Amino acid sequence: MHPVLKTVVQRLGLGLVTLFIVSIIIFAAIELLPGDFGEAVLGQAATEDTVAAFRRELGLDKPAVLRYVDWIAGAVQGDLGNSFSGRSSSGVDRSRPVVDLIGPRLWNTMFLASFTAVIAVPLALFLGISAALYRNSIYDRVVNAMTLTTISFPEFFVAYILILVLTSLWPIFPSLSNISPDADLLDRLYRSAMPALTLTLVIVAHMMRMTRAAIINLLASPYIQMARLSGASQREVILKHALPNAWAPIATVIAFNLAYLVVGVVVVEVVFVYPGVGQLMVDAVSSRDIPVVQACALIFAATYIILNLIADIIGIVTNPKLLHPK
Amino acid sequence: MTQTPQNYSAANEKTAFVSERSRWDRVKLTLGKSPWTARFGMIVILFYVILGLFAPWIAPYGEAEVFAVPFAPWDENHVFGTDQIGRDILSRLIYGARNTVGIALATTLLSFIIGGGLGLVAAINRSYLDQLLSRGVDVLMAIPSLIFALVLLSIFGSSAINLIMIIAVLDATRVFRLTRSVAVNVVVMEYVEAARLRGEGLGWVMRREILPNIMPPLIAEFGLRFCFVFLTIAALSFLGVGIQPPTADWGSMVRENASLFQFAQYDIKAGLTPLLPASAIALLTVAVNFVVDWFLHHTSGIKDTPK
Repeated sequence: MHPVLKTVVQRLGLGLVTLFIVSIIIFAAIELLPGDFGEAVLGQAATEDTVAAFRRELGLDKPAVLRYVDWIAGAVQGDLGNSFSGRSSSGVDRSRPVVDLIGPRLWNTMFLASFTAVIAVPLALFLGISAALYRNSIYDRVVNAMTLTTISFPEFFVAYILILVLTSLWPIFPSLSNISPDADLLDRLYRSAMPALTLTLVIVAHMMRMTRAAIINLLASPYIQMARLSGASQREVILKHALPNAWAPIATVIAFNLAYLVVGVVVVEVVFVYPGVGQLMVDAVSSRDIPVVQACALIFAATYIILNLIADIIGIVTNPKLLHPK
Repeated sequence: MTQTPQNYSAANEKTAFVSERSRWDRVKLTLGKSPWTARFGMIVILFYVILGLFAPWIAPYGEAEVFAVPFAPWDENHVFGTDQIGRDILSRLIYGARNTVGIALATTLLSFIIGGGLGLVAAINRSYLDQLLSRGVDVLMAIPSLIFALVLLSIFGSSAINLIMIIAVLDATRVFRLTRSVAVNVVVMEYVEAARLRGEGLGWVMRREILPNIMPPLIAEFGLRFCFVFLTIAALSFLGVGIQPPTADWGSMVRENASLFQFAQYDIKAGLTPLLPASAIALLTVAVNFVVDWFLHHTSGIKDTPK
C-alpha cells in the first residue's frame, strides 16, 4: 500500500476512535448528575407516578450501556430525544424534540461560519503573502501590530468595540442579528454582517501570521537562494518558488482556524443574539437542559474533530517527503 | 579602591577583589536591560496585584453596595457611574481585579499541580501509566475546552469552586503534554540515573533532579496558560454560566452594562462604560504576553542581532 494512503487511513481510524470515545464522555456526563433526575427536572411537587413515568421514558431503569447504544443510534439517525424544558410536575408534557430545536439553528450557524470563512480566508492569505513580500516595511509592521492586538483581546471585546462604532455612533449595521427563518439572502447577509465581521477579525490574525511565517521560513532554504542568484525578483521568488511549498502549513492552519470558529461562534452568537446552536447551548446550560446540551456538545465536538482531521490529512497528503518515498 | 587614570596600576587591577554579584544585583541588571514592552507589562501586572490585594481600602464603595440611581452618568460621586441596579462601577472594577484575577490564578496553579505532577510521573514511569495518561489526554484535548466546560457546568452547576475545578482539570491536559515532553529529555540524563541508583524516591527525583531543569519553559507556559484560563473564565462569566452575581467580575460586568451602548450617540461616556471591564481584561492579557515574550527570549539565550 502506498505510504501516504496508509498514513491517511491510520489517521482516519484514529479520528473515528476519538469521536467514539468523545461521544461516550458526553453521554457519561449525564450519569454524573447528583441526586435523582426525575425530581430535579419535574420539581418537588411531582407525584411518584409522574417521576416513575419520566424515568421510564428516559430509560433510567435500563443499564447505562444499553442507554448509550440507544442514544448514539438515535443521534446517528437524527433523533436526539426530547428537551427537558416544558415538562411540569403535573405530568403534562409540552417538551419539544431536540432535533426541532437544533435543526434551523444549525443551518444558521453554518451560514455564519461559511460567511466568515469566505471573507476571512482570502483576506488572511492576501495579508500574509503581501506582508512577506514587503517584509520589515511599515506596511508589514502595521499589519503585524494590528493582528497581535486582535489576538490578545477576548472575542466579546472586539464585538463590543464594533457595536459601539458601527451600530451606535455610526448606525450602519443592526446590533441584533435576529434573523427570521423566511429572510432572503441579502437580508440574511446584512443582518449577520456584524457577527461575521467580529469572527473574521478574531481568526484572520492567526491565519495571516502563520501564512507570513510559513513563507519567511522557506526564504532561508538553499533553493530559494539559488533562485535569487539566478536573478529572480523578490516577487517572483515568493510567488513562484516559496508559495508552492508553503501551501501545506497554510492549509493546515486554515483548517485549524475554521475548527477554532466552532468555539468562537458560541460567544459571538450570544453577543449579537444570533439564533444559532451556540446561543441555544448557553441557554440550555443555564437552565440545565441536559439533552440539548449533550446534542449541541456532540455537534460541536464532531465538527471540531473532523476539521482537525482534515487539517492533518491535508498536511500528510501535501508533504512531498511522503509523496515521493525513496 | 577605585581606579582612575591618575592612580592606575595594572598590579592593583589584577589583584583587586572581585565580588560576585548578588542575586539582587543580577535581577537589577537583567531588568535594566529589559525592553520597554516587558517593563510596561510588569508595571501593569504589579498595578493589578496591588488593586486586587488592597481592594477594600482602594475602592470608594463596597462591592455590592446599591445606590438609588441605576445607570447614573459619570460624575464626582461615581467616577464611572453606576450599573443596572445602582452599584458603583469603579468599585466593582477594583473588586473585579481581586475576583477575576484571583480565580484565574488559583485555577492555573491547580492545573499546574495536577498536569505538572502527572506529566513528571508519566515521564519518569514510561510504562502502562504513561500510555494510559497520554491517550486519555489526547481524547480530552479533542473536545474544545469551552464546549467541554459548558457541558460540565450544566451538570455540576455554576459556582466558583466548580468553575475552578472544571477549568483546572481541562487545562491540566495541556500542562501535562508540555511537562511530559520536556521532562522526557531530562529523565534520560546521567545525573537522574545516579540519583535513582543511590536510592532516592520518586518525590526527590521529581522535585530536586528534574523540576529545576525544566523550569524556564514551564514558567513561560504558566504565563500563557494564565492568559488562556483568564480569557476562558471571562468568556464563561460573560455567557452567564461562570462567576455568579453579586460577585464583581469583569466578564459578567460587560454583559450587564451592554445595554448602555444604545445611549452612546447622546453621551459617548455611556458607550465606553461597558468597554472598561473588557479593556481591563485585554490590558492584563497583553501585559502578561509582553512579559512572557521577553522571558522566553531572555532564557532561550538568543542574542539580539542587529537587523
